[in-house]
Amino acid sequence: MTKTMIVATFGVALAASVAGASAGTLDDVKAKGFIQCGVSQGLAGFSQPDSAGNWAGLDVDFCRSIAAAIFNDTSKVKFTPLSAKERFTALQSGEIDVLSRNTTWTMSRDTKQGKFAGVMYYDGQGFMVRKSLGITSAKQLGGASVCTNTGTTTELNLADWFRTQKLDYKVVSFEKSEEVVKAYDAGRCDVLTTDASGLYAERLKLTKPDEHIVLPEIISKEPLGPMVRQGDDAWFNVVKWTYFALLSAEEAGVTKANVDEMKAKSENPDIKRLLGKDGSFGTDIGLTNDWAYQIVKLMGNYGELFEKNVGETSPLKISRGINALWSKGGLQYAPPIR
Amino acid sequence: MAEDHRSADEAPRVPWYNDPIWRGYVFQGLTLIVVAGIAWTIVHNTAVNLEKRHIAQGFGFLSTTAGFDLAQESISFPKDASYGRALLVGLVNTVIVAVAGIVFATIVGFLVGVGRLSHNFVISRLCTGYVELLRNIPLLLQIFFWYFAVLGVLPSPRDSIQPVPGWVFLNNRGLYLPEFRFGGFAGDGIFYGLIFGLVVSWFVRRWASKRQMETGQPFPAGWTSVALIVGLPLVLFAASGFDLTLVAPKKSVFNLSGGIQIIPELMALVLAISLYTASFIAEVVRAGILAVSHGQTEAARSLGLSHGQTLRLVVIPQAMRVIIPPLTNQYLNLTKNSSLAVAIAYPDLVSVGGIVLNQSGQAIEVIAIWMAIYLGTSVATAMIMNAYNRRMAIVER
Repeated sequence: MTKTMIVATFGVALAASVAGASAGTLDDVKAKGFIQCGVSQGLAGFSQPDSAGNWAGLDVDFCRSIAAAIFNDTSKVKFTPLSAKERFTALQSGEIDVLSRNTTWTMSRDTKQGKFAGVMYYDGQGFMVRKSLGITSAKQLGGASVCTNTGTTTELNLADWFRTQKLDYKVVSFEKSEEVVKAYDAGRCDVLTTDASGLYAERLKLTKPDEHIVLPEIISKEPLGPMVRQGDDAWFNVVKWTYFALLSAEEAGVTKANVDEMKAKSENPDIKRLLGKDGSFGTDIGLTNDWAYQIVKLMGNYGELFEKNVGETSPLKISRGINALWSKGGLQYAPPIR
Repeated sequence: MAEDHRSADEAPRVPWYNDPIWRGYVFQGLTLIVVAGIAWTIVHNTAVNLEKRHIAQGFGFLSTTAGFDLAQESISFPKDASYGRALLVGLVNTVIVAVAGIVFATIVGFLVGVGRLSHNFVISRLCTGYVELLRNIPLLLQIFFWYFAVLGVLPSPRDSIQPVPGWVFLNNRGLYLPEFRFGGFAGDGIFYGLIFGLVVSWFVRRWASKRQMETGQPFPAGWTSVALIVGLPLVLFAASGFDLTLVAPKKSVFNLSGGIQIIPELMALVLAISLYTASFIAEVVRAGILAVSHGQTEAARSLGLSHGQTLRLVVIPQAMRVIIPPLTNQYLNLTKNSSLAVAIAYPDLVSVGGIVLNQSGQAIEVIAIWMAIYLGTSVATAMIMNAYNRRMAIVER
């Protein structure tokens, strides 16, 4: 709360005072030499600091990809952990350049608080309960106490869903995810609800992860993606096409391992345009022409980032599902680079 | 007198710009213009930039449907209720904590404060220990202590502790009490009986003290008041044929249903906040009593007043004058400290405001509402206490 206030008042005053001099986020970022990236306060697989204090996760890797595209250097990112409550004010006031914090794309957020540049992860809200309750469906949850995060779409979906099902429930809502998990673990609630990916991530933090199950019902659409400020098209383009470049690389079969070979040898026109051998797509958006090459070289393609952070090889063990490419039955789809 | 120099028959020797009065006006005026100009620039600049960044957009959002639920809905909060209504629920929840906290803190504080002055070694040491322990541990830690260490380890609803078996349940979801449902005119009868009893006993007390002033005849006003305040509602309740149903909480699949639930967040907050503030109130009370010189007690005793009368008529009225101003500060602190509720998910004004802020994105407006309400409640508390202080202050004759 205190932080929100500081951000809201001083941040705005400060941003206002330098507003005249600022030409646009892309130029500002190039001038200061790093990207200020807003992430969560710790969500396994998406954004979480490791034991050495280095941030890791899918949302974190997206910010590093932008740094790769702009600076050819993935270390030129500074991370700001934000609570659900603080995130939009931090973005609007200019404290951060991009918000990559498992944030659901909704109409009001996309039109009033910023612009969504893409969907890094198609998610949906689910429920987790103790196995000992013997419950198999969310429709049996009438009268339960439910732990959730304040200020999220989760909280709103929860209320909507129980109303449409005509079931009673008691909400217990905390500001930080870790408090929600702690309260659920301590038995304050019967049910923990958040995005399904989050449920798998949070389950790892429980004292006995094996004693809890995720119920089959998914009650909402939660497209999670990076967000930028409104009215800054140049920066919006860079963030949006960084995302599309990750997808295009996967679709074209360009990986971290073979990107040099592809660049040298490939005669595929799609790959030649992607990697900057044809056209001036990179310089047109204010970057170097090998921007996408740098992203794949330094970070990998979308599929590689997914597998590394949340996929079957990670502790979360989430299958690609609807996050597969459109060509493989999923929803991930990038417009052509032309 | 300055005017004497410039009386009508004597021409002013100094030009107007050297006239100290004129100069005073000119410089004060200039200062005012500069200060007002700076203030206007700051406010205007902030407003324009907030508008440009779509951060502040006015208070229209307050009538938008909220769409979330709250853990404690002290006034009705239907599914299509607005953000404004949500903030109102938060305010009511804050008032509940503040009032309950003030009542408990005052009772405990007075007992401990008097206890520290006791001649009984054990009691005075216990009370000293209480004060030193509680006032030296940060309040937030005490809230966590009660919430996680005491209430958090209570059994699950299925294995509730039952202080009154079948009626009262205590578990990690809170304290469940039976609900009182009055039938017929029993509820109204008790309510109006109580009000009437209070009003009548106020008049009785006035009349009794006036008569004692004039004739010296004491009247047992205290006992009469008790009889009126307790008796009247009781008689009306009896007349309704004791029409009362107790609805006990029942165990259901997950929780208990029916009855009244006091959520653990509220219990932890009220316990922590009142016990913490009580340690400060105890010191205020002790200081107040010690401030009345021993000679006053001796004089009262030599006039033949009993021990109780000495305390009630001589010591306490004088001690109150010392106690009330710092006591007001403690009440204000308690009310403002209740905003720590956000740490344990009790839906108070700050907590609910945080939800509204985030769901609506109207940070500046919500922060303005917070500040206005806390300022308003604090000023109201201070006004009540100041009025009480004026009544208790020394009236010079």
